Amino acid sequence: MGRKILLEKINVENIHTYDVYRKEGGYEAVEKALKKMTPDEVVEEVKKSGLRGRGGAGFPAGMKWSFIAKPEGVPRYLLCNADESEPGTFKDRYLMEKNPHLLIEGMILSSYALGCNTSYIYIRGEFMWILRILEKAIAEAYTNGWLGKNIKGSGYNLDLYVTPGAGAYICGEETALIESLEGKRGNPRMKPPFPAIKGLWQCPSVVNNVETLASVVSIVNNGGDEYAKIGIGRSTGTKLISACGNISKPGVYEIELGLSVEEFLYSDEYCGGIKDGKRLKACVPGGSSVPILPHYLVTKTSAGEQRLMSYESLADGGFATGSMLGSGGFIVFDEDQCIVRNTWNFTRFYHHESCGQCSPCREGTGWMEKVLHRIENGHGHKHDIDLLWDVQRKIEGNTICPLGDAAAWPVAAAIRHFREEFEWHINEPVKCLEKNYGLVKEPVLAI
Amino acid sequence: MPKVTIDGHTIEVAEGTTILNAARQIGGDLVPPAMCYYSKLDVSGGKCRTCLVEVTKGSEKDPRPMPKLVASCSTPVMDGMEVGNKSSAKVMDARKGVVEFLLINHPLDCPICDQAGECDLQNLSYEHGASGSRYEEDKRTFEKIDIGPNIQLHMTRCILCYRCVNTVDQITDSRVHGVLNRGDHSEIGTYIHNSIENDFSGNVIDVCPVGALTDKTFRFKSRVWFLNPMNAHCKCDKCSGEAVVWMFGDEIYRVTGRKDQYGEVKDFICNTCRFDSKDLAKWTIEGPRHIERGSIIGQGHYELKPEDNIKEIG
Repeated sequence: MGRKILLEKINVENIHTYDVYRKEGGYEAVEKALKKMTPDEVVEEVKKSGLRGRGGAGFPAGMKWSFIAKPEGVPRYLLCNADESEPGTFKDRYLMEKNPHLLIEGMILSSYALGCNTSYIYIRGEFMWILRILEKAIAEAYTNGWLGKNIKGSGYNLDLYVTPGAGAYICGEETALIESLEGKRGNPRMKPPFPAIKGLWQCPSVVNNVETLASVVSIVNNGGDEYAKIGIGRSTGTKLISACGNISKPGVYEIELGLSVEEFLYSDEYCGGIKDGKRLKACVPGGSSVPILPHYLVTKTSAGEQRLMSYESLADGGFATGSMLGSGGFIVFDEDQCIVRNTWNFTRFYHHESCGQCSPCREGTGWMEKVLHRIENGHGHKHDIDLLWDVQRKIEGNTICPLGDAAAWPVAAAIRHFREEFEWHINEPVKCLEKNYGLVKEPVLAI
Repeated sequence: MPKVTIDGHTIEVAEGTTILNAARQIGGDLVPPAMCYYSKLDVSGGKCRTCLVEVTKGSEKDPRPMPKLVASCSTPVMDGMEVGNKSSAKVMDARKGVVEFLLINHPLDCPICDQAGECDLQNLSYEHGASGSRYEEDKRTFEKIDIGPNIQLHMTRCILCYRCVNTVDQITDSRVHGVLNRGDHSEIGTYIHNSIENDFSGNVIDVCPVGALTDKTFRFKSRVWFLNPMNAHCKCDKCSGEAVVWMFGDEIYRVTGRKDQYGEVKDFICNTCRFDSKDLAKWTIEGPRHIERGSIIGQGHYELKPEDNIKEIG
């Protein structure tokens, strides 16, 4: 049984109310930080903990915080990225829905550490009911003196607001989030300058994921060193994984980083194996934008080592034979799923969500979607696979924000590992509409 | 002052200069093409990705190369930076890709487009594009929209460079002209079909790199290469009055700003000069405008001033 930090109290009845949360030891971290610690000490603890951004990129949170510019007389802002819209990822909404005070407590701590007096939670527009839960929780925090002026007599002021987006995946990109928060069209900005120098209203800002901020509570309570003991290597702490697809027990699980993929996928404590006793075909370990892994690379790396749920192990082998931990959207495909169809579906999403600002992503995602749609429906040509490969190659790395990369990687990985399935779709235009290809063969390495 | 080397040419430029502007200071064909950057606007650039360059050496202090190609229009130079534009195969390949992306949804209706002959996209695809297209699907199309009495917007041709949006943001106090929808459904618009009430709104036609925004007083009147562009000025209390009048015989067909070699106007001119001053008596003709030798507009265009003493033959 792995250690639970974020989901420890999730099943306590009425944990979303202030009274229960407080009785269960809530807001003790804020008390401790405001009374006994300086802001720099909080940053130091987070640095010691080795906590990495849980939104997808895995950038060390403490380091991100230390980059924030601190010019005199300019306000700083902490922005919580709750615009969780990646297909396959649904961890933040679970946390916010069940235990909103944990996020608020984490935000108070982080705002204190960064010296922010105003903070925002930017929540996905579709999560309207969670917005209401959060607003209720914030109101409770205000009445009990955890937010507002002079928090618990410490002299520290903090105002916390929740702002909904208008339904755009791109607003999960930090600079697009800032633009949207300012009331503009959610187009990502050119970087540099980074938000840590010029963010919200041209003031220094830090954007963190919900899970990252919620993790700060336990770091302050128990110390950064204690947090760093969990996990493996540079992947410290616990991570929420939202498992879905053809598994027996889909849901949100908290794992200690370093758990083996095999255990996560097959043990009854977590996913409980593939549904209906079928065989594993492929797995997307970190949300739709990370490369897909074929069955022979899910539990083992190409070197034959056991693959672990950690930032490093999942990325082992680079994009040739590895993937990424990403945001923790664990999507499992059984042998009856069609990879071409799935790739088309992902690409359709990116086509729909591209902001249309820079040309490679705006035009390329639409093009890839059309070609994939053609192949899936039995109208593909032999040169289409090479065309797809060339288009994704020309999108990747040439765009303003990472959405271009996120659209290109799934296509690249699908072609890399499942080329024979694509070819079968093209060569058997009638059969491909009737049945699925099944498992791909493991390539035999020439020695 | 930082020193930067572009394709082997070194130049010293002022602090904060972008790679593109440093390249323009060197001049010649090592200047990256720019479809969205416009130096006369406060905000522009970064969107079209045609000006991507490779930074092979970051700076003297930190010589690591930059991991990705960068947009030269918005990346400031560092001391000792080394940049590859034409000399970099990676850049040429990426640029070819960008041109292909820009063209897949462009109608390529050059034969009936007013911009043909002075179109940035035409020049760009001539230099960097492929001879054929790999795009087999239907292109996106839009209905033509009138933005006020004198400007027509044909979104089908638009490459979403945001230049007109930035121009209107600059000349007006409120947001009247922007982008609707997203992705490849994006559409430039004045919500809904409004005109832009501003004396300088006609400049969106000049900043447009393609034929998406056209002058309704000139539409389908003539091809630009049949006209003689003349530098001319008039007395105007709204703008500098310095413009180019495009003439056929003694008739003025259209009036535009004075564009330099990168397609950027020297001064924004007002709508009165642009749309309502087609009378030759209003203008003082300075002489023929210089046209680049390679340009099609140069055909039948003689750059001789009246004071040049032309000896009659025979």
